[in-house]
Amino acid sequence: MLETLKTLGLQKNQLIKDIRTATPKDGFRGLPSIDINADENWQECMSVCPTGALKIADGEASIDLGKCTLCGECARYCKNDGIKFSKFHKLGAVNREDLIVNGELNPIKCKEEIKKFFGKSLKLRQVSAGGCNSCEMELNACSNANFDMGRYGVDFVASPRHADGVVITGPVTKNMAKALEDTYFACAEPRIVIVVGACAISGGVFQDSEEIDRSFFERHKPDLYIPGCPAHPLTIINAILDFIGAK
Amino acid sequence: MDVNMNILEFKNNQKIKRADIPVMDFESFSKKILPYEVRVINLFAKKEDGKNRLYCIFADDKNKKLFLTTTYVGESYPSLTSSKPCLHMFERLIYEETGIMPEGHPFLKPVRKQDGNTYKFLESHDTQTHEVAVGPVHAGIIEPGHFRFLCNGERVNHLEIQLGFQHRGVEDLLKKRPSIQLAESICGDETIAQSLAYARAMESLSNIEITQREKLIRLIALEMERMAIHVGDIGAVAGDVAYSIGANVLGVTRTLVINTMLELSGSRFGKGLMKFGGVNFDIDLTMRTKILNMLEEVCDRTDKMVEAMFAHATVISRLENTGFVGKKKAREIGLVGMAARAAGEEFDARVFDDYEDFEITTMKTGDVYARTYLRYLEIKKSAKIIKNLLNKLEDTETEINNKRFSLNLEPDCFVFSIVEGWRGEVAHCVMTDKNSYIETYKIKGASFNNWFGLALAVRNNQISDFPVCNKSFNLSYCGFDL
Ligand code: SF4
Ligand code: SF4
Repeated sequence: MLETLKTLGLQKNQLIKDIRTATPKDGFRGLPSIDINADENWQECMSVCPTGALKIADGEASIDLGKCTLCGECARYCKNDGIKFSKFHKLGAVNREDLIVNGELNPIKCKEEIKKFFGKSLKLRQVSAGGCNSCEMELNACSNANFDMGRYGVDFVASPRHADGVVITGPVTKNMAKALEDTYFACAEPRIVIVVGACAISGGVFQDSEEIDRSFFERHKPDLYIPGCPAHPLTIINAILDFIGAK
Repeated sequence: MDVNMNILEFKNNQKIKRADIPVMDFESFSKKILPYEVRVINLFAKKEDGKNRLYCIFADDKNKKLFLTTTYVGESYPSLTSSKPCLHMFERLIYEETGIMPEGHPFLKPVRKQDGNTYKFLESHDTQTHEVAVGPVHAGIIEPGHFRFLCNGERVNHLEIQLGFQHRGVEDLLKKRPSIQLAESICGDETIAQSLAYARAMESLSNIEITQREKLIRLIALEMERMAIHVGDIGAVAGDVAYSIGANVLGVTRTLVINTMLELSGSRFGKGLMKFGGVNFDIDLTMRTKILNMLEEVCDRTDKMVEAMFAHATVISRLENTGFVGKKKAREIGLVGMAARAAGEEFDARVFDDYEDFEITTMKTGDVYARTYLRYLEIKKSAKIIKNLLNKLEDTETEINNKRFSLNLEPDCFVFSIVEGWRGEVAHCVMTDKNSYIETYKIKGASFNNWFGLALAVRNNQISDFPVCNKSFNLSYCGFDL
């Protein structure tokens, strides 16, 4: 017992006091920007992109954060630092189109009714549907002693019956399509859908797979998109807090 | 183990001409691979020129040797599982993927395929037995899988695990459009191990030699991945026996490792570090200091925390004799990696790798205690290895090169790449066709072998001990389902 008491100090000051101003460690690849004049031959950069997120044509350039894995590969191929990744990590969006970016991202605007229903308490049921488990690990990390998302009233619960909505990771495999749908309908109305990670948003690196079934999203439009591959816990928590209008 | 003409001894990552792959008749083939001491790493089938060919890769771990042999079979062949139970999953997969029938297989159930609800679980007609069904969607943030327990009161008589929910066709995607990013997403908690196996296989097929410095950086990352998961998992075991302080302290200690990984590679799991032809990020002096400081802090906290944890009677009483899989059983069912070593099996794929004087660490008891304590020993060992590797970095090139390579695979070749991830071996087997396209991409991770071990471990245990048994193995769903 005494041994255990001595370890109390080992937790140190691990809690991130202010989630809203905290930033990921240096090296993090966040919001990208493209200088279209930096390179002439963008073909190669586009061809190394594993997800087709990078589009440069007719004087327009963009990266689709819904597809982008933030792998940085395109930037390594282009000349004169034409593609840069900033450290900016607040990458969530409520509209799919907002994720197509070049250096700027519209901040999430909280809807009044969302704030009214979920502003002080949001209980979520996570459904993992075919990714690589990194996004799941980061969602778990959101509740650890560093990030402690629970302090804002946002928690993951065991039963969809107790949940206000689902958080989906993975491209949705055929084998999970039904379980996902069932879980969604088991949540009480009004229920929301949050998609976390490139593969949940667009199929990501698995978009060409014949083993996935993304028809769920034709029937149920996501309310919040959280990009990354995986999404960083600070990206996840900030997006959710913006979405529910928390301070 | 005697070696004859019909068996090819080869080196890890060695490129082999497919024409040089030996063939035996089926009887000699089965005689060769059935003996108890032969450890089969992969057994798979493939259609070649209208014929069915079985490939078997096996190891003589003691003498650090890898072997390959093949045989032709018809539309069916006598199943090998009843003589060598550890082959049961390989044969199920052979049937599922090619339709070749292993005659007499005791339970030829689906591996990943799910056509509606046709999976037949073992049933009990005993009125004293009840069934508990869990999943695919679990209570926490966990990947999907279905667990069917047959229980007598609180006691588990039998557990059957149905997987495949995460199946997203990774092997097919890798054949069509191989990329490091896809390899990194085979199994996220083995990001480094999987991307390393992929990169090495592709480099070997493309005749690319990478620099010593890049080799070292790869191994440093691999050991950091091992440390991070083991620290986190000991914490998770602590959480499952309601020792919250352990869960909290080790949870945040893991963060130190993965945040250093982020500083190195831009991702907490090391995504982006590996490149085809080396690594994307160097470990310069600043980074080196960061890693050394991290190691010191992590080891200090882990030492104190784990020692307190294992001195606590209530913790120990939950771990000892729980979820037992002994050495004999481990060999019989083909357990690999740290779960096998926790039962006293002495093999570790790091002996096939570029480590110097690698020594294998084992435990004896094969229970949750052993699987947890072994992780602690592995953490300490990894820290030591990383320090050595960092020292060696000084004697190499001064920095990594930023050269980009494009895939230029040699036609009609075979390569097998094995890496010891934290869970156990990650083995990629790749074959090219005459036009240099990838004809076969076979991935086998430790989870492929070990899920069945978990099912056996919980037998005769309280169902309430399932979570802690599960955590002690911490197997991957996506790494199995692919
Ligand atoms: S960083 Fe994004 S856009 Fe660039 S190559 Fe990677 S996935 Fe494509
Ligand atoms: S988005 Fe990327 S990290 Fe997240 S589950 Fe999919 S592949 Fe894994």
